[in-house]
Amino acid sequence: MNTHLDTPHAGTSNARSLARRVLAQGRYETVTALRNGEQLLISLILPVMALFGVVWAGLLDRPDVNGVDVAVPGVLALAVLSSALTGQGIATGFDRRYGVLAYLSTTPLGPAGLILGKAVAVLSVLVLQVVVIGGVGLALGWRPDPAGIPAALLFFLAGAAAFTALGLFIAGTARPEATLALTNLMWVLLGAVGGVVFPLPESGWLAGLGVVLPSAALGDGLRAALGAGALDVGALLTLIAWAALATAGALRWFKWR
Amino acid sequence: MARGYHGRVPFPLPPTPREPGRRADVAVADRQAGGPVASAAGAPAPALVSLNGVCRTVRNRRGDVEILRGVDFQARAGQVTALLGPNGAGKTTTLTIAQGLDRPDAGTVELLGQDPWRAGSALRSRVGVMLQDGGLPPSATPARLLAHVASLYREPADMAALVERLGIGEFAGRDIRRLSGGQRQRVALAAALAGRPRVVFLDEPSAGLDPVSRQLVFDLITELKQAGLAVVLTTHLLDDAERLADHVVLLRQGVVERAGTVAELTARSGPAPLSFTVSVPVGEAVLASAPEGLSVSEVGLSSETADAPGGCTYHVLGVSDPAHWAALGAWWNAAGLMPTDVRLIHRTLEDVFLEVAP
Repeated sequence: MNTHLDTPHAGTSNARSLARRVLAQGRYETVTALRNGEQLLISLILPVMALFGVVWAGLLDRPDVNGVDVAVPGVLALAVLSSALTGQGIATGFDRRYGVLAYLSTTPLGPAGLILGKAVAVLSVLVLQVVVIGGVGLALGWRPDPAGIPAALLFFLAGAAAFTALGLFIAGTARPEATLALTNLMWVLLGAVGGVVFPLPESGWLAGLGVVLPSAALGDGLRAALGAGALDVGALLTLIAWAALATAGALRWFKWR
Repeated sequence: MARGYHGRVPFPLPPTPREPGRRADVAVADRQAGGPVASAAGAPAPALVSLNGVCRTVRNRRGDVEILRGVDFQARAGQVTALLGPNGAGKTTTLTIAQGLDRPDAGTVELLGQDPWRAGSALRSRVGVMLQDGGLPPSATPARLLAHVASLYREPADMAALVERLGIGEFAGRDIRRLSGGQRQRVALAAALAGRPRVVFLDEPSAGLDPVSRQLVFDLITELKQAGLAVVLTTHLLDDAERLADHVVLLRQGVVERAGTVAELTARSGPAPLSFTVSVPVGEAVLASAPEGLSVSEVGLSSETADAPGGCTYHVLGVSDPAHWAALGAWWNAAGLMPTDVRLIHRTLEDVFLEVAP
């Protein structure tokens, strides 16, 4: 027998550095997400189809505004919901059911490395989504304001944090079947009427909803950044508050198995 | 060891006073053995896992349920420690707490000298875990999963050798969801060994394995033990425990009922009963003429098996010296009896298990 196989490691630690473990987990989860047909559908194919539909039907066209300039930031916000909330929520829910979370938390990765790895995976998929959806948008005539790119990056980060935390909170407290149903329903409802793709009205009771919903905050923030080069501080604070709230909930109630 | 063919005949141990979590006979057995499982040199091997007075209560719909009520056990380097017990005895909860996946309500846990609940990556890198349900992602292939797990360690095991050793190569490229239970067990075992651990926890390692895979796994566990690892396993299969375990911990309803080596647990206080089988039943008058000091009783008729001939079987109690054998031979001769099978009935772990879990 190969002696390397059965000889225990002699040192006090055989773990790789935290950064390498997190990157390894992030790479593993990213490939897993991209190999999964359903996740690919909801992360890339459906948002691109939504973009084509909204632009070709002229649903967001106004006399003084090119519809594609409003549609692309909204669809990018929808993509964040796809990968962070729905994709990561469902994957984590089923990983919990199959004991994968429990197993990985016994390895050097540990619970913290596992969460950080998931964050890396969400951001990696997000980069791919921005490249694909942004590329399609540019081909359709989208002209983003370059001055708003730093603000947009802030919203991508805050949005990914808020919706990943929400996805993990749901996955760590509900059964995987319930997580599947709930995150898909949230994706459809928030995407259609939650201020993501279609801005909520600026007056009336729906306007109030727009202030507190994380989906509307992300959609509005990206539209302000990429459309007008502005930083919507209120929307950013809303997203940060949701991220803090969902993280606190996940820390308190998340069950690893 | 030889197995009695009437393994279910109970031979109760003398009653012993109970203390929370540990029976007095556990300590007695340890003392008689010169300490808990002494090493070849006489000194006990170091305890790498140590639980003392561990209690755990969980809340469910029926209210609070005490899963563990003061569990003590130690697992030593170079030994296989088997946790046995009926369903619900607390085996998996004990392992879960020892691994640091759960925290005890009371008592102390040490894994490689540290509290596993507060463990960092350094401690986790020296411990391998195989969960009862595997913990394997169904959509991954064994090759991809094992490569990923190995990448978390600075100096991982030779995964190619491990894959070959456990016969994983033939299905390494197939999604785990398409593998049989036994194939998944082997992948989970390989994952547990990826970091060349010092301590390895195996929850039901032989569940679902065919005889060939089972032998592969047993050989590997034996070699891990010889390499100085502390192996802690749970099993429902008492044959597995008899073959593999240096130290057995029998749990029942959250307490350690018995603990010791297999030999200590199956030892008798008196001589082993003898059984003999003859082709035709012995008459009442012949039985009444049995040698003085020996008690002969009929067990019943049995059919022929691969292990024993058919016929009528009798138990003889009190055979404790060579004179009794001579008297028995003379009695058979006088009565014209020619036994087709004679054997001493050894206690097995199954007998002990059934005493603990009637």
